[in-house]
Amino acid sequence: MQSTDRSLRGQVAVVGVGETDYFKRGESPDAEFKLALKAILRACENAGVSPKDVDGFASYSNDRSDPSKLAAALGCKELRFANMQWGGGGGGGSAAIGNAAAAIATGMADCVVVFRALAQGEFGRFGQGPRRNVIAGGMAHTVPYGLMSPAQMFAMKVQRFMHDFRVEQPALRSISLASYHHAQNNPRAVMYGRPLDEAKYDESRWIVEPFHLFDCCLENDGAAAMILVPAERAKDFANLPAYLLSAASGSHYRAGASVHNTPDYATSTFKTLAPRLFEVAGVQPADVDVLQSYENFTGGVLMSIVEHGFCEPDGCNEFFVKDRLLAPDGDLPLNTSGGNLAECYMHGLGLNVEAVRQLWGESTSQVADAQVSMVISGPMVTPVSCCIFGAEATL
Amino acid sequence: MSDSYLAPGLPQPMPSPDGLDQRYWEGLNDEQIYLQRCTDCGGWQWGPEWICHRCLSFDLGFEAVTPTGRIYSFERVWHSVHPALNEQGPYIVVLVELPQADNVRLVGNLLGDPHQEVPFGAEVEAVFEHHTDADTPFTLLQWRFA
Ligand SMILES: [Zn+2]
Repeated sequence: MQSTDRSLRGQVAVVGVGETDYFKRGESPDAEFKLALKAILRACENAGVSPKDVDGFASYSNDRSDPSKLAAALGCKELRFANMQWGGGGGGGSAAIGNAAAAIATGMADCVVVFRALAQGEFGRFGQGPRRNVIAGGMAHTVPYGLMSPAQMFAMKVQRFMHDFRVEQPALRSISLASYHHAQNNPRAVMYGRPLDEAKYDESRWIVEPFHLFDCCLENDGAAAMILVPAERAKDFANLPAYLLSAASGSHYRAGASVHNTPDYATSTFKTLAPRLFEVAGVQPADVDVLQSYENFTGGVLMSIVEHGFCEPDGCNEFFVKDRLLAPDGDLPLNTSGGNLAECYMHGLGLNVEAVRQLWGESTSQVADAQVSMVISGPMVTPVSCCIFGAEATL
Repeated sequence: MSDSYLAPGLPQPMPSPDGLDQRYWEGLNDEQIYLQRCTDCGGWQWGPEWICHRCLSFDLGFEAVTPTGRIYSFERVWHSVHPALNEQGPYIVVLVELPQADNVRLVGNLLGDPHQEVPFGAEVEAVFEHHTDADTPFTLLQWRFA
């Protein structure tokens, strides 16, 4: 049996989403675990599901809110699935959804929450270098040279990609402008009321070339959650079902080779995933109505979009113009909530929530009649992941 | 030595407790670049692993390579994420590939003007930056245009 014969396509649906308020890093009045609880309760309420009936939890990036403790705190009748996608960064966002869906499709669980909670004030920041006196292992080969933050790790890949394909800075700028443009429609966005234009981008300081300040994601506190159920139950809930058409995770040959030694280096890590994603979903890039693509840094978005086949690598300067990326009229509306750059950095799960909202017609930057809604999670790390949601008509 | 490329105060490298990269760090102290090479198939690999990813032999050794390479990628860092670098100003990190060792790559700084142009593919040679006044002396592997 081919793996595509055992496909998840259409077997599971998202029937509820929930988010806490989003805060600047360190400004959450709630502890991280409480943020997780609040987002899960909102998702349950949104779906019309009793929290007692949740029987599984899936997360990623070493989320600290333990499923057994969540189930105990919420009084869940039974815990049947407690899953963590390995790997750091936001690479596991869509994988957690795929993992939850696999459990549901195979009868291991019936109502799974996918969630991510972050309180960087409580637990420390991502974007800072280590404060130890000595360092060993892989980081000993990078940190003493001043290569230690995510921006510094990924700029090295993007620099090489931009060199190989002659990509110019305005291509990155367009991605940033699209996120900030959409955030101005979204009162939940941390950057709501703080628009960005070309001049402000160009004048902003370098973080590390080729990333200006506005090419880099926010650091935030908050939580997001989604409720997944089997497709046959999906119409029992108030929301229109957002069916999972496909989810893929993983990485290419030796993507995890240490100290920047993966053979295929200048990549978002999606080259091997994208064909599987589209094959299972039964759609082509041209069928995608709206795309949420994880912006740790704009360069990762650009490479992700190329590697999913929306654009040829040597055509980036022509493809990445702002108008193409804007809802409602662009060819490829991108990061319609404001995304990680301008809505909130919830390790990308907010992008999956937004993808579902687009199918419900509830985005603040709505694309007309969105039927196929896609998410790309966590470029340049390993493993990465991606998924496609479809409205009922796509089944 | 006092005239290191980056300001002092960053975490100091030490050999990994599992011993995997000990030969590498010892080699730098002696101004040699020792990298991992498979005794069975002759393939080079970096970072060091317990097993050869080509032939799956556990019989791995270390050999010194000619201390030259070419720039595979680079970045100019402007924003400090460590207090030791708050007054540093911009600096250049390079990813150097070694054609003489199956194109394995090493990270270092590119010595010289931090504002200089950095051509991809440019030939570079190793500079061993000794930190002899550290509690446990160590050597960093830096690069300059050949
Ligand atoms: Zn071998």
